Amino acid sequence: MSSELPPELADSPKPKELMAIDYRPPQQPWMETPVNFKPGNYCFPTKAKNLRVLDMPNPREWAPEEEDWKLPENWMEIIREGMKDRLDKYRSFKLFMDICVRCGACADKCHFFLGSGDPKNMPVLRAELLRSVYRGEFTKAGKILGKLAGARKLTIDVIKEWFYYFYQCTECRRCSVFCPYGIDTAEITMMGRELLHLLGLGINWAMEPVANCFRTGNHLGILPNGFKDALDFFAEDAEEITGVKIDVPINKKGAEILFVVPSGDYFGDPGTYTCTGYIMLFHELGLDYTWSTYASEGGNFGLFTSHEMIKRLNAKIYAEAKRLGVKWILGGECGHMWRVVNQYMDTMNGPADFLEEPVSPITGTKFENANSTKMVHIMEFTADLIRHNKLRLDPSRNDNRIVTFHDSCNPARAMGILEEPRYVIKNVCNNFYEMPENTIREQTFCCGGGAGLGTDENMDTRLRGGLPRGNAVRYVQEKHGVNSLACMCAIDRATLITVCDYWARGVEVTGIHEMVANALIMRGEKDRQTDLRGEPLPGKEDEEDV
Amino acid sequence: MPELELGGNTYEVDEDGFLQQLDKWNPQFAQDYAPLEGIDGELTEDHWKLINYIRDYYEEYGIAPMIRKLCKDCKFKLKYIYEMFPSGPAKGACKLAGLSKPTGCV
Repeated sequence: MSSELPPELADSPKPKELMAIDYRPPQQPWMETPVNFKPGNYCFPTKAKNLRVLDMPNPREWAPEEEDWKLPENWMEIIREGMKDRLDKYRSFKLFMDICVRCGACADKCHFFLGSGDPKNMPVLRAELLRSVYRGEFTKAGKILGKLAGARKLTIDVIKEWFYYFYQCTECRRCSVFCPYGIDTAEITMMGRELLHLLGLGINWAMEPVANCFRTGNHLGILPNGFKDALDFFAEDAEEITGVKIDVPINKKGAEILFVVPSGDYFGDPGTYTCTGYIMLFHELGLDYTWSTYASEGGNFGLFTSHEMIKRLNAKIYAEAKRLGVKWILGGECGHMWRVVNQYMDTMNGPADFLEEPVSPITGTKFENANSTKMVHIMEFTADLIRHNKLRLDPSRNDNRIVTFHDSCNPARAMGILEEPRYVIKNVCNNFYEMPENTIREQTFCCGGGAGLGTDENMDTRLRGGLPRGNAVRYVQEKHGVNSLACMCAIDRATLITVCDYWARGVEVTGIHEMVANALIMRGEKDRQTDLRGEPLPGKEDEEDV
Repeated sequence: MPELELGGNTYEVDEDGFLQQLDKWNPQFAQDYAPLEGIDGELTEDHWKLINYIRDYYEEYGIAPMIRKLCKDCKFKLKYIYEMFPSGPAKGACKLAGLSKPTGCV
């Protein structure tokens, strides 16, 4: 590992400087504290071409640091109407606006607050940015008593504040774990973002993937020939390492299982190694499955955009399952896909009654928990294989790795998949250490780059948001010599690299099925010399040198 | 849209400096852009090998190649690519090749 910071961090302050966080709130009241957009703390706006693809309002060029955001003349009316519609449509929204007693249990649970000290990043206050307008516009007390009732007027500055803070929330829902009322703060951010979109205010890192998904089926804009090229490349690579020739079925009608992954897995490192791991595992099992060039995205940046968009993007997976005539769907190491599948799919696009109850063709296990969505998480699938002794594994092939596990926010908190990944990891590697208990499982800390914030221009915000997670990684690095951070989410695999480079230098990020495939003893394989990354396997270092 | 003046020509670029009108690309653009990416002097044969590989891949597939594939096909180690393009393959080499930045879980 190079001792120099990677180029995207070259201009960032040193960790020690960033850690000098002032937790004292400003002197003036929060309603009178304006936002200050400066490079590093906000994301670039959605490009007009992407809004046009999606038929969304007000496509134009604009910049957050400029005074004039080029809003429609009747912007105030649009927001009022938009809020009214949503209060009528979503009881949860109305409830979350009404029931908060501002107890503050969530205040110090947010990674962005812990890393910045900015009181408006306390989830309670971030929600107040919206609630104060709700009170002013929609409650009697607020209309009459104004500020006394915690209400305020809708102004351009409020809109700017929303844009600033609703894009400094990764919808990770750690705060919700601690809320005595169970307020889902991510849904408040989602509502804030929906309202902003009505005015043409969004960020490109979230909206270009959404637009790409409409054009080509995936966030990255990869066309079917590029999709096939990537998977063929992984198969070739795996064959070079193992000597086993691997077929990769694509768009195969009548296959038993449709397999869906985030597109980052077949484009960006280190996800590509996990992707190679999937095809090796399925080949070894002789699984009757298929990839799809249409449902070529598990991720759903609609979740970071609007309910309508979640529904539109999620529908593609099920439409493709129907077209191909599969029995059920298996999903890869993706994060927020599982929030969508577990908590929205059934209401929005369900029931998927044209599919069958998922049953593992290898072990016969019925995945009853997936009865309504017909979609099984690969970690459940693989843990079940191991439990039934269906895989021959040599964990010593991962002996170069001293591993800790980052629970990805959505699989952990929106799905409760906590044991399976640990069970799999412990079976494929010999060195595993947990981070402190208030930073894992339901209490896991976000990577700081979820919900569309994983870009570079907001690096200051990302590094601050990544501090609690980075700090916990650093702890096990110093205590146990941990050198590998395993995770099962493509956003994590992309953004935790930066978090580790900055806060826990020397720790490498890995997917879980990369380690599974390293340990997997395949039928007919040759004496493997390297792991999937081309590095010599433990004990093979000398042979490599000769 | 920000404009960038290079060698007497004006190009539309995005906030990160990626070329917006892909058909405006020409070898002179890459050469003129090089100093802004921390590359001194004339682009070498290896620089061009990588830039041309990226452009050919884009021509066929409509997207930048995976870094793993690019390293393998060009027979360059990733470390060497960083030596040639200090901002790396995605943000340096692709920028000079006139492609836009990939977005999503990457």
